[in-house]
Amino acid sequence: MLKGYVPPYNATVVQKLLDKGAVLMGKTNLDEFAMGSGSTDGVFGPVKNPWSYSKQYREKRKQKAHGENEDSNWLITGGSSGGSAAAVAAFTCFAALGSDTGGSTRNPAAHCGVVGFKPSYGLVSRHGLIPLVNSMDVPGILTRCVDDAAIVLGMLAGHDPKDSTTIQDPVKPFTLPTFADVNKLCIGIPKEYLAPELSSEVRSFWSKAANLFESEGAKVIEVSLPHTSYSIVCYHVLCTSEVASNMARFDGLEYGHRCDINVSTEAMYAATRREGFNDVVRGRILSGNFFLLKENYENYFIKAQKVRRLIANDFVNVFNSGVDVLLTPTTLSEAVPYLEFIKEDNRTRSAQDDIFTQAVNMAGLPAVSVPVALSNQGLPIGLQFIGRAFCDQQLLKIAKWFEKQVQFPVIQLQELMDDCSSDFEIEKLSSVSLKQ
Amino acid sequence: MAALVVRLSCLGKRWVLACIDGGSRHGRGAAIGLTSRRKRGQSSVAQQPLIAVQKSRKGEREWAAVVGLEIHAQISSNSKLFSGSQVHFAAPPNSLVSFFDASLPGTLPVLNRRCVEAAVMTGLALNCRINKKSLFDRKHYFYADLPAGYQITQQRLPIAVNGCLAYSVSVGKKPSQVSTRTVRIKQIQLEQDSGKSLHDEPRSQTLIDLNRAGVGLLEVVLEPDMSCGEEAASAVRELQLILQALGTSQANMAEGQLRVDANISVHHPGEPLGVRTEVKNLNSARFLAKAIDFEIKRQIHELENGRKILNETRSFDDKLGCTMPMRDKEGKQDYRFMPEPNLPPLLLYDTASLPPGADPQQVINIDWIRERLPELPGKTREKLIQQYGMLPEHSFTLLNEVGLLEFFQNVIKETRAEPKKVTSWVLNIFLGFLKQQNLAVNESPVTPSALAELLNLLDRKAISSSAARQVMDMKRGNPRAINKLIGLVRKATLSRADPTVIKEILERKLSS
Repeated sequence: MLKGYVPPYNATVVQKLLDKGAVLMGKTNLDEFAMGSGSTDGVFGPVKNPWSYSKQYREKRKQKAHGENEDSNWLITGGSSGGSAAAVAAFTCFAALGSDTGGSTRNPAAHCGVVGFKPSYGLVSRHGLIPLVNSMDVPGILTRCVDDAAIVLGMLAGHDPKDSTTIQDPVKPFTLPTFADVNKLCIGIPKEYLAPELSSEVRSFWSKAANLFESEGAKVIEVSLPHTSYSIVCYHVLCTSEVASNMARFDGLEYGHRCDINVSTEAMYAATRREGFNDVVRGRILSGNFFLLKENYENYFIKAQKVRRLIANDFVNVFNSGVDVLLTPTTLSEAVPYLEFIKEDNRTRSAQDDIFTQAVNMAGLPAVSVPVALSNQGLPIGLQFIGRAFCDQQLLKIAKWFEKQVQFPVIQLQELMDDCSSDFEIEKLSSVSLKQ
Repeated sequence: MAALVVRLSCLGKRWVLACIDGGSRHGRGAAIGLTSRRKRGQSSVAQQPLIAVQKSRKGEREWAAVVGLEIHAQISSNSKLFSGSQVHFAAPPNSLVSFFDASLPGTLPVLNRRCVEAAVMTGLALNCRINKKSLFDRKHYFYADLPAGYQITQQRLPIAVNGCLAYSVSVGKKPSQVSTRTVRIKQIQLEQDSGKSLHDEPRSQTLIDLNRAGVGLLEVVLEPDMSCGEEAASAVRELQLILQALGTSQANMAEGQLRVDANISVHHPGEPLGVRTEVKNLNSARFLAKAIDFEIKRQIHELENGRKILNETRSFDDKLGCTMPMRDKEGKQDYRFMPEPNLPPLLLYDTASLPPGADPQQVINIDWIRERLPELPGKTREKLIQQYGMLPEHSFTLLNEVGLLEFFQNVIKETRAEPKKVTSWVLNIFLGFLKQQNLAVNESPVTPSALAELLNLLDRKAISSSAARQVMDMKRGNPRAINKLIGLVRKATLSRADPTVIKEILERKLSS
């Protein structure tokens, strides 16, 4: 729908970065309209996880299957902001922006071994962010370390008159101090997050992380978020409803793709939207309109809003009981190969993969995925910290301490560079650099 | 108490006004409506619910008509309701369209303070309760002049509710026979206007101008307390005057700043209400009355011939003088209302609830606005009656004619003549003269000063009243009248003045 669209204005978050002297390297790939958890459903094709080409992964694979084409079994990045995560993981940029509505920043961050930060809802302006679910979307920040994320957040946070849902208080840039009071911390482990589909490796790292905090004197307790099991369905109703509404503007009239049919306005709308949207988007629009019908509104939309309130209250209660931060997995397992991922449809995958991340969006809380260690296959595993609303700095402080403890390894992509470059290309590259 | 008053409708049929007690009138809590009217201390004229019933020629049972109105008034503001683009009438197409108005993805609504103030002012002037918390919603439908595919409005919890509007209708042939009615105001809500579609039939295309898209509207919903076209037109007229006095809307129907949709149904008194139809986009007071009366007649005719009334939307064809079903409204629309997630609830304060240290730029104080409300038409009329001893119907005429009140007041300022004289001259001779020439007050060749001077002369008895009339005649362009004047002046100067000179002087004076 927006393939050839060049926006005539900058999003507030982009403008803020540009004003501070940032250089825009480019725009990254994603799932169409941020709907998906694999970054596989974009018009420009799927995104490949740089770790597919890492030394760490390839070494492990050589021990396993033989005779496979090196490239055919590449891994997904997760999604929907997979392009941004891949860009950061592959050292192509200092930081990247994504969006996070159900985990779209944290999920690919975990799969690509980078830091994926979701700010509190209302802290960072959504002006210029193409909306998916207006009441849950936030711009997400992807970086290689927590300090970098803090720098970017410091530049982006604060009231924007163009976004009426941002908080009024001004926010100053900050640097993260070294966190020394781990022994005063109370970490909550939500018991409902121990899902049966959780891979044993992730569970093991989760456990180790909890022990790490405990060994440093922090209080680590089990807590309950009783309405967790309802959050997927609730999210589905609210998300599709808002999507149906937000996508109504794409009619080919003012901008974007327009079909060739001009028999009537209705026919033009219908054809434009059929051509411009993929199946995933169309499916969500249809569902959403169903839930918004007069006869269904009370039973679906209103009900879902009420359940959302219950889910948000779960978190409030837990934080009120003295817990500073929650520790959970980010994803069920490490990144899977593309060919395996596409065996299930987008809706099924999203429902599975969003399980740990999406309740956070419903509650508007800040959360961050921090890379912890490599799996047996040599792929990144991340864990998630969830903080109190508008205590983003506090959350990042704790994340930074944790990052320092785990010492996640740097991705080794040298082989990839060696494999890819031909003599011809090396000459080209060097000639470019000489001219400079 | 039963009172029968006869009056003629504009369609020539006999209408009989009957007094019926509140219980059987609507079945919609009219009793409550009555109480609330009394509570608000509205007109001291004894208020009995009156219904216009129509006797059909066949001698069948009487019919009662029920008319409700939805009035959209464009808010008089510099910029649109949710975006910074300017509000101008008749600007080049698509020259006042911001990114938000064009629904570019990523743009968000930002509420215009002036529009909120306008809504509060209007609500207070119409005796509404101002909701300290109101909400915004999205109303979805696909149409080319609605770029976002939805309109932002206030469906669940509007900014003002439960008000009333007093207006007057003539109830007899004599101008003095006027009666005050009230109509309940269900609610006032803020919402966006849509763009404009211009259908180019020959080229089978539609041209879209988004200048109007996003302009702030006040939707004022009048309960179905009215019973015919004249009542509706009078109510609309009074609302126009109020909006203009407040400055919240210029309310000019011809320029599309005030648009009216009417909901009309008929039933036999004592029986449940009939199926109603909606007649949309009436953009003149005259058409409004005609369309409503036609539709009432049409519905009665259909029902008397054994047919049913469809719950449909109709438009008024002013050339044919009838309502027609609108082609593209098939079946009932489900607007899929949803809360607008990009706008937090709108919170208003009064002096008691104002948070301390609040930034005055960010808060609206209802009491502050109430204290500064301009004088409303009802009050203005009262003052005219008291100050100048004029009859109530005169005060209505003075206000109803655009610019007439100002003209009148200017004449009063400059003349020594008695106010009653001025009133009589302005309303009868001057207004009559304008009507004959089909002129508006601001197009009048006679200035207030000129009339004032004329009246001074009259007062001094320097000229006779017939002479004064002839001056007016002269202005009317009657050349022979000037000869009479010359004759009069000659007489006054005892034939000493030269007729040619007199003529020159008179012509100069009369053309100024």
